[in-house]
Amino acid sequence: MKYQSKLFLSMAFAGALLTGCASTDTDGSGQSSDINTYSEPAQSVESDVSAYEAQEPQVVLANVFYFEFDQATLTAQARRDLDAQIARLKKTKGPVRLEGHADERGTREYNMALGERRANAVADYMAINGIARYRIETVSYGEERPIAFGQTESAYSKNRRVELK
Amino acid sequence: MLKRVLLLMVMLGCAMASQAELTIEINEGKDDPVPIAVVPFGWKAGVTLREDVAAIVERDLHRSGLFNPLSRADMLSRPANAGEVYYRDWKSLGVDYVVVGELSFGRDNKLVAKYELLDVNTQRSILQGEESQSFDRVRFLAHTLSDKIYEKLTNIRGAFRTQLLYVSAVREGDNRFRYRLLKSDIDGVGEEVLADSMEPILAPAWGPDGKKIAYVSFKTTRPAIYLHNLETGERQQLTDFRGLNGAPAFSPDGSRMAMVLSKDGSPDIYVMDLASRALQRVTNHFAIDTEPAWAPDGKSIYFTSDRGGKPQIYKVELATGRVERITFEGDYNARARVLGDGLGLVMVHRVQGKFHIAVQDFKRNRVEILTSTDLDESPSVAPNGSMLLYATTYSGQGVLAAVSVDGGVRYRLPSRFGDVREPAWSPFLYE
Repeated sequence: MKYQSKLFLSMAFAGALLTGCASTDTDGSGQSSDINTYSEPAQSVESDVSAYEAQEPQVVLANVFYFEFDQATLTAQARRDLDAQIARLKKTKGPVRLEGHADERGTREYNMALGERRANAVADYMAINGIARYRIETVSYGEERPIAFGQTESAYSKNRRVELK
Repeated sequence: MLKRVLLLMVMLGCAMASQAELTIEINEGKDDPVPIAVVPFGWKAGVTLREDVAAIVERDLHRSGLFNPLSRADMLSRPANAGEVYYRDWKSLGVDYVVVGELSFGRDNKLVAKYELLDVNTQRSILQGEESQSFDRVRFLAHTLSDKIYEKLTNIRGAFRTQLLYVSAVREGDNRFRYRLLKSDIDGVGEEVLADSMEPILAPAWGPDGKKIAYVSFKTTRPAIYLHNLETGERQQLTDFRGLNGAPAFSPDGSRMAMVLSKDGSPDIYVMDLASRALQRVTNHFAIDTEPAWAPDGKSIYFTSDRGGKPQIYKVELATGRVERITFEGDYNARARVLGDGLGLVMVHRVQGKFHIAVQDFKRNRVEILTSTDLDESPSVAPNGSMLLYATTYSGQGVLAAVSVDGGVRYRLPSRFGDVREPAWSPFLYE
């Protein structure tokens, strides 16, 4: 994978976005929607990014992993995205917060449990692949924090997710 | 729908700013609602009252689904006491009962309501009473009359002086919500904010005395159960365990609280002794166990579990830990609440991908679906067992609705806040 060679840059970029995201806690800006779209190809480089970064395609690591309805098993795509994150996290030391979410169908408390199950699935995968367990915190928000709205399958599928913070 | 649906828009015609429209939607069932006339009350002192006592009583009775109030426009006279009633007039209007009353100033600057319930067929007065309240409690006074009249005519204790807790979520910015824990009278009037946070609030629950409540807040960025004393305003954080801290449910005697914790791995049901804070683990299974609801005797707890693959309702006996599956119909039954006397459960039941509120009747061992909308959840039973509140979606927004346990009447509650959910009907609060 090309991930390895670009890792440092990606880390810096994604890290900056993540920090910005966490500090303002708004997910609606153009910036954060880029990293929320997990399969998005490299974005054209912003003017404040240095020139040598622009010479090669930018890899933005996905920090949202999606799930099937009523499921907490990782999809192939989620595993690929996670592998890239794990490679990045192995070079850092800080805490990792995983936030599990569910779509609005079904009862709130059951969805709270389902969100936790999803966050734990990601945590387990990380632990198996070498991220120290003590670094990982999981929190479930159930269906309380949707990012897509409306009663459509498209909205539901965006809400069944685990976010890496 | 086989049943004829009659839509009635009733305006809450009072001066309070928070009031919106209350939509009452009656599905006429096999039992026809009793025709009753609540005559506008007479007023002795010549002072204008902001609230229309008779109108509040009329709407209370209407919302119960058991009564069909006569429109004021159809009334031939407006008697203020039994002596002024011409029974023949009311009989010709098809009315079975007439409520008349008179308001006056009492001692200590109180409002006094003298009222009487008359049986048109026997031409007799079957209930007389007098109630007094301070002028800022006129609505409460009216609900008191409603309770008395309802009880006299149905032999069921009235629940018009009860309250509800619920949660609203208002979008502020793209993906941010402002969550509020709210309390109001059972007719939706008098909303009061109990908690306000940019982090989720959920699962409000009443203590059996109506003075303590519990809820879950994420205000520390992790879920925790909070106790809130409504009388003193005192709040305390009850739990701070790793993982889930959710679904608080007071035991029937108020001494213990059932909850969901996942500190030991998967979500399980625990019971906390509220005095000592000692925890007892009640279920122990790698599946999801959640949504505890106490049986009325306090000896067992109903809960949702997907230990069989899909969520179903189970019951665990506290003394022995013995678990028994309760629901078998359908592939999604969750969040049970026990009907009065433990004769059945209300729960969320999925049919053809849609979530409805259903009743499981233990005696007849059958499931009856009460609601026809999708995404119906969080059923909460009235303390007299006659109705239940639930959350549903209407025009893309979360709304609260009520339905009678026999499905005969349904109405939506107004709220001045956006998306509302998770109604919790209080216990009886007054004698």
